[in-house]
Amino acid sequence: MALDDIYKEVILDHYKNPRNKREMPDAELSCSRNNPLCGDEITVFVHAEDGKVHEVSFMGQGCSISQSSASMMTEAVAGKAVEDVHALIGDFRSMMAGDLDPSEEELGDLVALKGVVKYPIRIKCAVLAWDVLQEALGGTGGEASGGSPH
Amino acid sequence: MSLTEERSARALDVARIRADFPVLQRTVGDRPLVYLDSAATSQKPRQVIDAESDFYAHHNANAHRGLYMLAEEATEMYEGARGKLARFIGAPDPATIVFTRGTTESTNLVAYAWARRELKEGDEILLTDMEHHSNIVPWQIAARDTGAVLRYIPLSDDGLLELSDLGSLLTERTRLLAVTGMSNSLGTLPPMGQLIDAAHAVGALVLVDGAQLVPHVPVDVTELDCDFLTISGHKMLGPTASGGLYGKLDLLERMDVFLAGGHMIDEVFHERATWNVVPYKFEAGTMNIAQEIGLGAAVDYLEALGMDAVRAHEEEITAYAISRLLEAGARVFGPHDTSVRGGAVSFWYRDVHPHDLATILNEEGIAIRAGHHCNQLVMRRYGVPATARASFYVYNTNEEVDVLVEALAKAEDVFGL
Repeated sequence: MALDDIYKEVILDHYKNPRNKREMPDAELSCSRNNPLCGDEITVFVHAEDGKVHEVSFMGQGCSISQSSASMMTEAVAGKAVEDVHALIGDFRSMMAGDLDPSEEELGDLVALKGVVKYPIRIKCAVLAWDVLQEALGGTGGEASGGSPH
Repeated sequence: MSLTEERSARALDVARIRADFPVLQRTVGDRPLVYLDSAATSQKPRQVIDAESDFYAHHNANAHRGLYMLAEEATEMYEGARGKLARFIGAPDPATIVFTRGTTESTNLVAYAWARRELKEGDEILLTDMEHHSNIVPWQIAARDTGAVLRYIPLSDDGLLELSDLGSLLTERTRLLAVTGMSNSLGTLPPMGQLIDAAHAVGALVLVDGAQLVPHVPVDVTELDCDFLTISGHKMLGPTASGGLYGKLDLLERMDVFLAGGHMIDEVFHERATWNVVPYKFEAGTMNIAQEIGLGAAVDYLEALGMDAVRAHEEEITAYAISRLLEAGARVFGPHDTSVRGGAVSFWYRDVHPHDLATILNEEGIAIRAGHHCNQLVMRRYGVPATARASFYVYNTNEEVDVLVEALAKAEDVFGL
């Protein structure tokens, strides 16, 4: 293991300069959750209309992995059809479970988080924002952030 | 010179102690393990591991059941551990020690068998804002079921109990004061004598959460005069799932039973049963026999070191750690004066989230805790989502503190601070 695997430049960039980190008071959908392991909390706001996710923003505090994952997520899903967003959530989960080894072409900046797979305890941090997004969209959030021992 | 004085004069031989702990010989990657998470669970010396394994290899039988030699040996060893634990905390009688899985189960036992039976609407339970969740949630449930009310002693900015309003919090309505003997996140040692006297003056009982206290500070329950003390075995060099509850004998005798089953009964009829004597009326089913025997060995180990020497060693290393962390620019929570605190040192380093810090320090072989430490009230009080925590025990050295502080620079490199 090397720290470069987890703390890649793109992750640190999103952590220090988070994209779309703001409240969206007129968002149609929003949802909050926390990670009981580390105290991280994230609220995701979704502006969705006619089967399309137009804009996503987030608020909250947490470690570099949870915050950068949330930031990258807001960029990755904006403008996508809801069903494509669900597919992306599925792909992201598969990557974090180590079941999928996507290329940068497929997942863009998000592949930077692949290194987190080597740090099993931190996977929950990476998946937290995605759980919240899925719940906001009306799917059931994954189990990754629920009921973790602490 | 009395035996006690000789003990207190003797400093710990940490190199020799470290040689007793097999896990401290291992590496993490290519780095020696620097274990700074004893407040979560302590490491185990060979003497404890051997005691547990020797029981299984040579004496294993159920305690208080059989009439053959093995069963007698098992019973004698199990009860021997109870006697050791009683003596260790200054309890007058081994019967005042109920074996449990640890402090959580002990607190739940009192909440269930005492609070639910004794409390009524309008009664109050007084807690503090520095309690571990395991000394809050059982009382919330007891309060919900009885109509009792919870009140909390607040914290000062420097991590001490704010006692100026104690008179308005501790009244004739207070039936129980449940307070930690040492905070697991702030390290604070509340003034137990003062609190216990004040509680008794209004007729309230006192439960001391001894999870962090008993492993690190000499404790004498007779002198303290607390009504209950919860004890965690795995935080004092013993096996996981070992531990106990001390209670004053007359209280334990008056209390309702907790878990029901074998051995806690005297006689069983179709419609009812009568209870075994204290402490057995609280020990239903087959207990953690090997683990409590291991705890007995842990008590032997700590007594051989001398608890005064243990406390002195931790005061020294804690003072060193706090001064080095402050020098490095960390915010250190809780009191900085080591005469009123123990060795659980929570800190926040620059802008590095504790979770990131723990991952980075792990690369250097350092094990610290990062999170809310089951202390969400404390985190809220000081406006942080989490802290990093280094905690020390008999096997830790100032050199390990140096490794920790030097590794903080690595976090700065990674985050470009």
